[in-house]
Amino acid sequence: MEENTVKPGLFEKGGKLGWLHSTVDAFDTFLRVPATVTAKGSHVRDAIDIKRVMIIVVLALVPAALFGMWNVGYQHDLAVGDLPGFWRQFWWGFLKVLPLYLVSYIVGLAIEFAGAQIKGEEVNEGYLVSGFLIPLIVPVDVPLWMLAVAVAFAVIFGKEVFGGTGMNFLNPALLARAFLFFSYPSKMSGSEVWIAHRCGADAITGATPLTFLGDGMDALGANGYTFWNMFAGTIPGSVGETSVIAILIGAFIILWTGVASWKIMLSSVAGALLVGWIGTLCGVTDIPAYYQLVMGGFAFGTVFMATDPVTSAQTETGKWIYGFLVGALCVTVRFFNPGYAEGMMLAILLMNTFAPLIDHCVTSSATKRRAKKVSIV
Amino acid sequence: MKNEYICKLKKEKLSTQKIMSNKIYLKKGLNIPISGEAALETKKKIVPDVVAVKPTDFKGFSPRLLVKEGDKVLAGSPVLADKQNPDILLTSPVSGTVKEIARGEKRKLLAVLVESDGERQSVDFGAKDPSGLTAGEVKGTLLKSGLWPSIVQRPYGIIADPAVTPKAVFVSAFSTAPLAADCEYAFKDELEAVQAGITAMSRIAKVHVCVNSESSIFAKLSDATVHTVVARKHPAGNVGVQISHLSPIKKGETVWTLNLLSLAAIGKLFKTGKLVLDRKVAVTGPAAKEPAYFEALPGTPVKALAGQLDPEVEVRFISGDVLSGENIGADGYLGFFDNQLTLIKEGREREMLGWANPLRFNQFSSSMAYFSWLLPKKKYNMDTNTHGGVRAFVCSDVYGKVLPMDLFPVYLIKACLAGDIDKMEQFGIYEVLPEDLALCEFVDPSKNDIQAIISKGIDLMIKEMA
Repeated sequence: MEENTVKPGLFEKGGKLGWLHSTVDAFDTFLRVPATVTAKGSHVRDAIDIKRVMIIVVLALVPAALFGMWNVGYQHDLAVGDLPGFWRQFWWGFLKVLPLYLVSYIVGLAIEFAGAQIKGEEVNEGYLVSGFLIPLIVPVDVPLWMLAVAVAFAVIFGKEVFGGTGMNFLNPALLARAFLFFSYPSKMSGSEVWIAHRCGADAITGATPLTFLGDGMDALGANGYTFWNMFAGTIPGSVGETSVIAILIGAFIILWTGVASWKIMLSSVAGALLVGWIGTLCGVTDIPAYYQLVMGGFAFGTVFMATDPVTSAQTETGKWIYGFLVGALCVTVRFFNPGYAEGMMLAILLMNTFAPLIDHCVTSSATKRRAKKVSIV
Repeated sequence: MKNEYICKLKKEKLSTQKIMSNKIYLKKGLNIPISGEAALETKKKIVPDVVAVKPTDFKGFSPRLLVKEGDKVLAGSPVLADKQNPDILLTSPVSGTVKEIARGEKRKLLAVLVESDGERQSVDFGAKDPSGLTAGEVKGTLLKSGLWPSIVQRPYGIIADPAVTPKAVFVSAFSTAPLAADCEYAFKDELEAVQAGITAMSRIAKVHVCVNSESSIFAKLSDATVHTVVARKHPAGNVGVQISHLSPIKKGETVWTLNLLSLAAIGKLFKTGKLVLDRKVAVTGPAAKEPAYFEALPGTPVKALAGQLDPEVEVRFISGDVLSGENIGADGYLGFFDNQLTLIKEGREREMLGWANPLRFNQFSSSMAYFSWLLPKKKYNMDTNTHGGVRAFVCSDVYGKVLPMDLFPVYLIKACLAGDIDKMEQFGIYEVLPEDLALCEFVDPSKNDIQAIISKGIDLMIKEMA
């Protein structure tokens, strides 16, 4: 027997620092496409990989994030009654949002790397998106330690225990938000949290439009909310959710590239409009159905959260049902839960848990249909 | 007069309907734009010194040696028999001397190498008109000649069982695989042989032939029902896809499939009484020096086919197409079922920030996440790089877009991964072979070896159902 004299590299399995294999590999493949060649089956492969898919979602989120940063500064300046100009506002908001990003990525990626290290696997790219989403769906004034705890909870119990990206059944970013909401409700709702450093300024209420949902159009109008400022996003709210314009730019990117499902987006909008319309018919509210699309987190949730390919329905028919129910449930919650009118988070999380059931029904009925198919020759 | 006219109209309508019912429309799929298409000219006839008989080409064949090194054989002499069914034989395509029994790990029999004497003396199986034969006579001749293993049974893609009468026999008379040999060109002189092969098979079961247009040279074949597949993309030419639209395979059913090469050989066997396996082989791929057609036998060393290659470039030799062909190495031999050799570069270079590069015009992607759609006519110099690491399934809709079958590919793949027999049945394991899901594997952003997963699932089914 010839002895294997070739020593494994420093970071290779069996090498001196072999335990760091996953981490080094993650940075290495981040910089350079791996040299792996196909071993079985198809000898050539498409140029797309999960890194590319994820980076496109991040790219699509950038407009919402940039707008959110500016809006954080703008809302603060509105509240304190001093408007120093666009760039000052953006810079101020950037400095407020940056720590959220740092906490989200440092805590989340540390857990991802540690998990991959323990399992001896490659690091998944999924957290690149989740980590970008989380700061955009929380109030800007959320204490950083709370955010850290929420991120840790979401990554460990939302993802890693199921086996990492692709195996989870709940959207990790939404799980982080749900964790914050149920653990620290005072920091997540009401009219106090949406504007950074309000410092007791009472010039404006600071409440999001959803607060006035129960009171109808007059209350919305009296507090300065019009369809167009809610569409443009110059209103208080979670960092990234306010501007429907910025979200639509993102929607265009992920729909064009085929990363997200247009079926889910379209049916979610249809569900929200239908329930919103029924609501106005029955006299639950006098707010027109299309207002539901620009209020609160509906647009952001529909475009970036409901369409998460892992946690949404997997079958094409299932996507129609899933999306429709997300939109319909969201508006239903808005109508009947005045205490916490933001229905999008819970609607998506609930439908995440139902997505496998929807898929099961779709595939079972397809199997039955297939069994009945007769030979045409 | 008027009545007559109406009658004529009705008749015409009826006849168009009949043709219509023989058409299959397929939209889904993908053509991989790889460079190195073979020019439609036949360069020369390759007369190899050594020809290999490879039992590994036939799924479900466990070989027992019938010859030893130094034995004299004729074209058509049995070389290997199946251990389970000793009537199923593999025969030598040339006359000569058994030179070597090649074995691999654990003494697995890889190939019997026959040194050709260049004379091509054949065993005489007796020329017969196939239309006058019984099913038993056809089977007997095919078994003796060694052409029986060219009949593939579905489900599972194994050698057909001679004791079984299949529901039907299916033949695809066109190929849509990347750079595949053009059937119209490769078989233009073999039409009579293909017809005789079909006539022979029609003695056993009903034969269905799928052509890609009504003007195809195969559209006029008789003793078979001809169906037209209206489609522009791969895998419409895969016989499995065609079967799933014509007569889906259910539990307990078997169908047989043959490719045109096998039919031509069967036809020649009945017409001349001899085993003639010669075929036009397309040498293709970005690494091929001059992509063109050559005449050769199955088992021909691929080195002879490939000609002089650039020694600086590490080349992968694939018997078949880039999606489902076998990596046989530079010292390998052309497969029994193949009339294509694809040569591509091994992709061991590492691209800086490849995934982040917005343009990356030298790489092909079917996804809109890159900009290949801007260059619809471009042919790519593809290599074997995976372009990414293996991940869990993330995207859910990319697979169905390239599979024109009524299946849920990811569900089937996951059932195979889990080894869940019931779920595999439910999601259609009887209808597929790995090759049918090859495009799913190509487009998979998670870089899973989908064909290997399906193949493992099929092996499990064979074991459990035996």
